[in-house]
Amino acid sequence: MMKLLLDRLLTTIPALIGVVVASFLLTRVLPGDTAAYFAGPAATPQAIEQLRQQLGLDRPLPEQFGHYVVDLAKGDLGKSLTTGQPVLSDIKARLPASAELTLFGLILALLIAVPLGIAAAVRQGTVVDHACRAIATAGVSLPVFFTGLLLIYVFYYILQWSPAPLGRLDVFTSAPRGVTGFYLIDSLIAGDGETFRASFSQILLPGITLAIFSLAPIARITRASMLSALSSDFIRTARAAGLGARTIIVTYAFRNAMLPVITTLGMVFSFLLGANVLVEKVFAWPGIGSYAVEALIASDFAPVQGFVLTMAILYIVLNLLIDLTYRVIDPRMRNAS
Amino acid sequence: MTAAPARTDAAALPTAKRQTALMATLSHARHVIGENPVTGFSFGLLAILLLCALIGPSIVPHDPLSSDTAATLQAPSARHLFGTDQLGRDIFSRVIVATRLDMAIAIFSVTLVFVVGGLSGIAAGFFGGWADRIVGRIGDTIMAFPLFVLAMGIVAALGNTVTNIVIATAIINFPLYARLARTETIIRRDVGYVMAARLTGNSDLRIALTTIMPNILPLMMVQMSLTMGYAILNAAGLSFIGLGVRPPTPEWGIMVAEGAGSIISGEWWIALFPGLALMLAVFCFNLIGDGLRDIVDPQRRT
Amino acid sequence: MTAVPLLEITNLTVEFTTRRGIVKAVKQVDISVAKGETVGIVGESGSGKSVTSFAVMRILDRAGRVAEGSISFSGFDLTNAPEFAVRDLRGREMSMIFQNPRAALNPIRKVGRQIEDVLRQHARTGSGDARTRAIEALANVRINRPEDRYDAYPFELSGGMCQRVVIALALACRPELLIADEPTTGLDVTTQKAVMDLIVDLTRERGMSTVLITHDLGLAAAYCDKVVVMEKGEVVETAAARDIFARPSHAYTRKLMRATPRPGIALRDLLPEGAPVAAIKQPAASDAALLSVKGLVKEYPRVHTRSLISRYLRKGNETASAPFRAVDGISFDIRRGESVGLVGESGCGKSTTSMMVMRLLDPTSGSIIFNGQEIGELPARTFAGNSLRSKIQMVFQDPTESLNPRFTAVRAISDPILRLDKPMAADALRARCEDLARVVGLPPDLLDRFPHQLSGGQKARVGIARAIALNPDLVILDEPTAALDVSVQAVVLNLLADLKATLGMSYLFVSHDLHVVGLLCDRVIVMQNGQIVEEGITKQVLEAPTADYTRALISAIPHPPV
Repeated sequence: MMKLLLDRLLTTIPALIGVVVASFLLTRVLPGDTAAYFAGPAATPQAIEQLRQQLGLDRPLPEQFGHYVVDLAKGDLGKSLTTGQPVLSDIKARLPASAELTLFGLILALLIAVPLGIAAAVRQGTVVDHACRAIATAGVSLPVFFTGLLLIYVFYYILQWSPAPLGRLDVFTSAPRGVTGFYLIDSLIAGDGETFRASFSQILLPGITLAIFSLAPIARITRASMLSALSSDFIRTARAAGLGARTIIVTYAFRNAMLPVITTLGMVFSFLLGANVLVEKVFAWPGIGSYAVEALIASDFAPVQGFVLTMAILYIVLNLLIDLTYRVIDPRMRNAS
Repeated sequence: MTAAPARTDAAALPTAKRQTALMATLSHARHVIGENPVTGFSFGLLAILLLCALIGPSIVPHDPLSSDTAATLQAPSARHLFGTDQLGRDIFSRVIVATRLDMAIAIFSVTLVFVVGGLSGIAAGFFGGWADRIVGRIGDTIMAFPLFVLAMGIVAALGNTVTNIVIATAIINFPLYARLARTETIIRRDVGYVMAARLTGNSDLRIALTTIMPNILPLMMVQMSLTMGYAILNAAGLSFIGLGVRPPTPEWGIMVAEGAGSIISGEWWIALFPGLALMLAVFCFNLIGDGLRDIVDPQRRT
Repeated sequence: MTAVPLLEITNLTVEFTTRRGIVKAVKQVDISVAKGETVGIVGESGSGKSVTSFAVMRILDRAGRVAEGSISFSGFDLTNAPEFAVRDLRGREMSMIFQNPRAALNPIRKVGRQIEDVLRQHARTGSGDARTRAIEALANVRINRPEDRYDAYPFELSGGMCQRVVIALALACRPELLIADEPTTGLDVTTQKAVMDLIVDLTRERGMSTVLITHDLGLAAAYCDKVVVMEKGEVVETAAARDIFARPSHAYTRKLMRATPRPGIALRDLLPEGAPVAAIKQPAASDAALLSVKGLVKEYPRVHTRSLISRYLRKGNETASAPFRAVDGISFDIRRGESVGLVGESGCGKSTTSMMVMRLLDPTSGSIIFNGQEIGELPARTFAGNSLRSKIQMVFQDPTESLNPRFTAVRAISDPILRLDKPMAADALRARCEDLARVVGLPPDLLDRFPHQLSGGQKARVGIARAIALNPDLVILDEPTAALDVSVQAVVLNLLADLKATLGMSYLFVSHDLHVVGLLCDRVIVMQNGQIVEEGITKQVLEAPTADYTRALISAIPHPPV
């Protein structure tokens, strides 16, 4: 198992190199003055020139790349002009908020989409199936920022069930002591039911928004792969051997159908991490997405670059986890040694 | 290869027979649409969208850019069907006029990636080796980013313009097209009729272009329709966070952003109508994509 | 045999709802199977033989339903019984095995566990001895080291081994009836025989009844007591196996029987009686070699399954494993006007050999001399531009797959003419294609159809017309009839023989079936593991084989009594 992990880690190296090179190219090679980007719109020509030397932009490109890699290795992502803090510490502080929201949305989506997809496949052609198809098509068609606004209008403005969409906690509650950085988990660890309830009611709407967006692809692929599993030869054998409906659907069809679903999770994560940026903006969620959007508006490029890199590395790690899960489930993928 | 002018190809097939083949496809399409009224409906919706994009600016009742301080934040009425925004602009007119820009971004970016991604995928699948490695590496690098985040980075770096939104959208869709074309090419590369084409003296390039490409084209078209919706969403998302299209240009994403602040004070119409337009457009392309998939390959129906 | 039948199918009609309306796949079928009896249901594709068995097991897919008639098992009415009652019978009282055994097993579950699932379901075992019972079931189907195989996944087993596991699974609960639906299709001939022998031994031993569903009359004749012949959803004849071959009463049975290749017959004997045929002209093969293959070798690097990291760690002391030799130094000649059969089981290197001769694949070493010219060294990649391209052509295994779905028949046939011949006017081209169509017996009005609008036999004719369009000297036939029904196979084989006689080509006939090769070829080459194990005049090889492997191949092919 350890060897497998190491082995798989090695295969992420090309992707990491690609990401680093791409993020470097984005700022250095493309048109526009990199120094002016990093100095921000208010900088004087002298300040820009000074920054140019400071960043080493007057050096040849390969040397610049070398410095860039060294800085990255040291964790130096530059300084944010808006907050005055190093980008890395800003991102560290805000990452748990984004992670909590994304995972909350994903788990919610999985809880709804997987059973729905299975039901649709098992009862192909019935109301459940049509509902699944409709939800899947409608779900991918809804712009995530628009869903968020609709939910706010209905649940905050009209029904007043939901607190104001302004961040992770209302002003009367203080954050739980940080262990994981996830308020829901930290408040439970601290045994603080009040804070848990407060943070839960804050995360619910943005979580649902993300879930609506990501349930469509999950439900769709679950249904499709369940259908193909159910029509495969080994299910026919299982039926001919008189196995019970439960065994056939759960042990035989579902476990096989899960494989494509797990593969699709990579794509779903890609969507989720992108949608997260928009949802954070709508709900004033203090995560790294809204951090990047604020920086964008202020033409503060270092945080944007840091954000893109962080997201890419996060995404590579997630794909690694997905791949490992796949190998655990599918014996064909295990390296027979 | 032996001298065999390409024009004999066309001559060999009497045009009348070609039309029969076309008619057969058309009647099959009609059958599918007849069986699935939703597909018919979505084609109707597409027609309306295209009409708005083509002649929208000349039929709208109000100038989409002119503000009217006397009539700000008005709820929908007979005069302002969709109400007015903070500056008193007519939202109905702005929603209609925005169709052209949103559709243009989607169509241009998808066409761009269709050509570039499709051709590189076919080359990668058919020739393998270096072509495959280069295309694969580029695709992997793009796929290593969450796509919307990459699009943000590209537009932020390239500069905040509509053209760059088109380019960014094309880039993030590249792996999808390249991989589809590559896989479908590899499936067909060693299939009987491709080997037969080799035996009958077709060169590699000729086989790739005349035998393999036409056979994967229908699948690529489905892909195109499905990514069209995604391209619209992506562009609107970028302008929602302030990238690409700038105010006061009417564009659905920006208009939703402009109405976002007013939602919590109850002015729902500012964000609702552009949001609905956006949703309908995406919905329409997704439905067409599903419908096309049924026409092209009933087995792939999901 | 007792008088009360174990399985009684009466007046069975099965309907399928399709886009084109309701289709009757099985019409008023009566079949009865006595206890301990082995009944063969024989028919070509579309005869409804599999649908009948699915109806018995009540595993028809959603679109199908029993419209009429009844099926009773031991006096129990299966057609109207509730699902739970039928489910309890399945696997315990009646079992079924299928073709394509690898796909018939759950790919991500250990095979032993899959057998346990069945045992548990029918409460034949407590959880304690389930494993023991599963291992016992594996041992019963003569699997070596059953304890180890218990933990294997299907992908780790060969096709024949998978079929044994499926049989173990089906027989684990000692059912009364076994339905075997084409149990040997897709397996190698020698494996086929082993699997069939196993099924028959086990079922006889246990006094079980067996229904064998097959397209192969020879197989049914060799293993069944009674044979039911089906055509287009109807039973056309039912008789004892011995009688049906001695005195087939229905015209369809006679046609089917005649079309089945068997020892000691000529090509013309395959065609239905009274078919207007002239004797095959036998052009004398000249002595000049058209094709001469010498020391041909094709090597493939072994696929490294070892992980990246361990490869990295052991980089220094790893001995380079020898590449895999698919074709291991073979030499043979084909004379002008001669047809040579290349026979062997899957993986023996016959297809690789034909691909190299075809110049679609580059050999690792050795020479291929065609018409006095060395062509083995011309790279396959650019051979399309060589003037010899038109002289070596091929007829492919699967007629459907070998036709571009977007080309009409006339476009497919004209392709080689357009590419390799002098440019010609559209009218002349059309006329030439129509001539070719007539030569291969394809009605010219079908020329404007697309492949999906043609039958299997018609598609095969299009493929043949394309291959002979440029009057090649050598045509490679790659299992040209493997995907066809026997009656179509009979016609296509005769057509190929006639074409050779009129056009004076040479054939290299690649096949796994010695009997079929024997009908068409002057000489036979038998290959095993990349090498030639026997070579000689067809008659001699078939009647007095010298190599053990050839003997095994010949005896493995079941055939109806002559």
